[in-house]
Amino acid sequence: MQFAKPSVVKLLGLFAAAALFSGTSAWAQVDTLASIKQKGKMVVGVKADYKPFGFFDPSGKIVGFEIDMANEIAKKLGVSIEVIPVVAANRMEFVKQGRTDLMIATMSYKPDRAEVVAIPEPFYYASAAALFAKKNSGLKAWTDLKGKTVCGIQGAYYNRRTGDEFGAKLLTFKGSTEALAAFEAGNCVGMVFDSTFYAGLTGEAKWADYAIMLPLIDPEPWGMGLRKEDTKFAAFISDTLKEWHKTGFIIGLEKKWGITPSPYLVEQNAKFK
Amino acid sequence: MDSVSAWFKWLHQTSGIKLTIFYDRYDRSRFLEGLSTTLELSAIVIVLSLFFGAIVAWLYGTKYQWLSRFVGAYVQLFRNTPPLVQIYFFYFAIGPLLPKVGGAPLLGSMGWAIVALTLLETAFTAEIFRAGIEAVPKATIEAAKALGYSRAQIFRRVVFPLALRVTMPALNNNLVNLVKTTTLGYAIAVPELLYMSGQIWSEQVNVTEMMIVLLLTYIAIVGLVNQLMQWFEKRLYVPGFGQ
Repeated sequence: MQFAKPSVVKLLGLFAAAALFSGTSAWAQVDTLASIKQKGKMVVGVKADYKPFGFFDPSGKIVGFEIDMANEIAKKLGVSIEVIPVVAANRMEFVKQGRTDLMIATMSYKPDRAEVVAIPEPFYYASAAALFAKKNSGLKAWTDLKGKTVCGIQGAYYNRRTGDEFGAKLLTFKGSTEALAAFEAGNCVGMVFDSTFYAGLTGEAKWADYAIMLPLIDPEPWGMGLRKEDTKFAAFISDTLKEWHKTGFIIGLEKKWGITPSPYLVEQNAKFK
Repeated sequence: MDSVSAWFKWLHQTSGIKLTIFYDRYDRSRFLEGLSTTLELSAIVIVLSLFFGAIVAWLYGTKYQWLSRFVGAYVQLFRNTPPLVQIYFFYFAIGPLLPKVGGAPLLGSMGWAIVALTLLETAFTAEIFRAGIEAVPKATIEAAKALGYSRAQIFRRVVFPLALRVTMPALNNNLVNLVKTTTLGYAIAVPELLYMSGQIWSEQVNVTEMMIVLLLTYIAIVGLVNQLMQWFEKRLYVPGFGQ
């Protein structure tokens, strides 16, 4: 679930635009690739609270799906790596200020975000709407939800489709904890939420009888972020992503971290093959 | 209807004022469902809390001390804890403990909202009735006793009818409060007006418009309750009493 703050983002965009128009040559000539090679180190902003994409392992190191990708890029450049934990509120600012060279932090693509940082395509992942339910619930298609009660989170973009198109009765709560509690107590047949959210639940014993029952719908692509003016670095990342999609590297990572296969990755793999 | 929806669509295109409940079929149906749920919830809780409030007020004066203490403790508990905490408590703490019927809980959101709001409003109504009962002149009760009325008869035929007239203004206030309190159902996903509007504004991002619509709708509902109570007060009017 993403709550964009358009005003803040727009403001940041204005600053970026002002900086560009003032003609400071430093902005125009930013070359991250060269500076990374010169430093011998790449600094990457990642999430540390989003299992399994980025989280602290028992030894206190940040590991995960996105950290593996960052490591792969560093390896390709032949430099060492430093990961900095970021949150949604500061991840773009860190890139803009140059505190991080690259950001891989579960950021979904939004046009207003692309005005602040460069988000090279193709995207590396896409979360989607998933339905979590008891394994014996007998649900086979989204239309099976007609007339049934489904728990969810207020403000999620796929709620409308679940309620309007598929005819489910929505029981939505402010946070995921309350929604899960209501679901666990049996107030609804299933729970609709971001597919990525479940990866963190599937390891828990009390959810052993539950699974993602229906095919994922409404994918929302995730992109890496880097400085807006740096076209050279953007091209490099773009090429790397194309290669990854071609070789199935990201699909391998998905398997490694136990993430539900995203239809987006399969699609991209077929596209670049 | 079509021309109304066309006008609101035009309003959105020209001024940016986004009142989707007037032209989007799904949003309109959600808003109307919310409105009917709010009215239904209010009506049920009004009836139940008046009924149980009278009983609790009557139990206050019982000769069994343990019973009147118990009733007093109940009233204190529900008057002195936050209503939101109460409704959360029932739904999330008591709800999962109840036996399940065919895999679903015995009471859903609506059921728990009725239980929680009835318990809350009964406590307030009982206090109001008690005040009314205390306002009934002792001499009247003694006269009824002298005529051979039993305790229950005195309450039903003498004390309650008089107390009800004294309490009308306070009761009116309380019922208005009850209608306002139904918005707490939002917290446990009762599909009432605030909850449904919340769904609409979080999807359509028309928070300002929906807030104005909500406020006006509640003013209308409360106005309706006030009108009903005034009509009732007039009907119950006894010359020389309670004015």
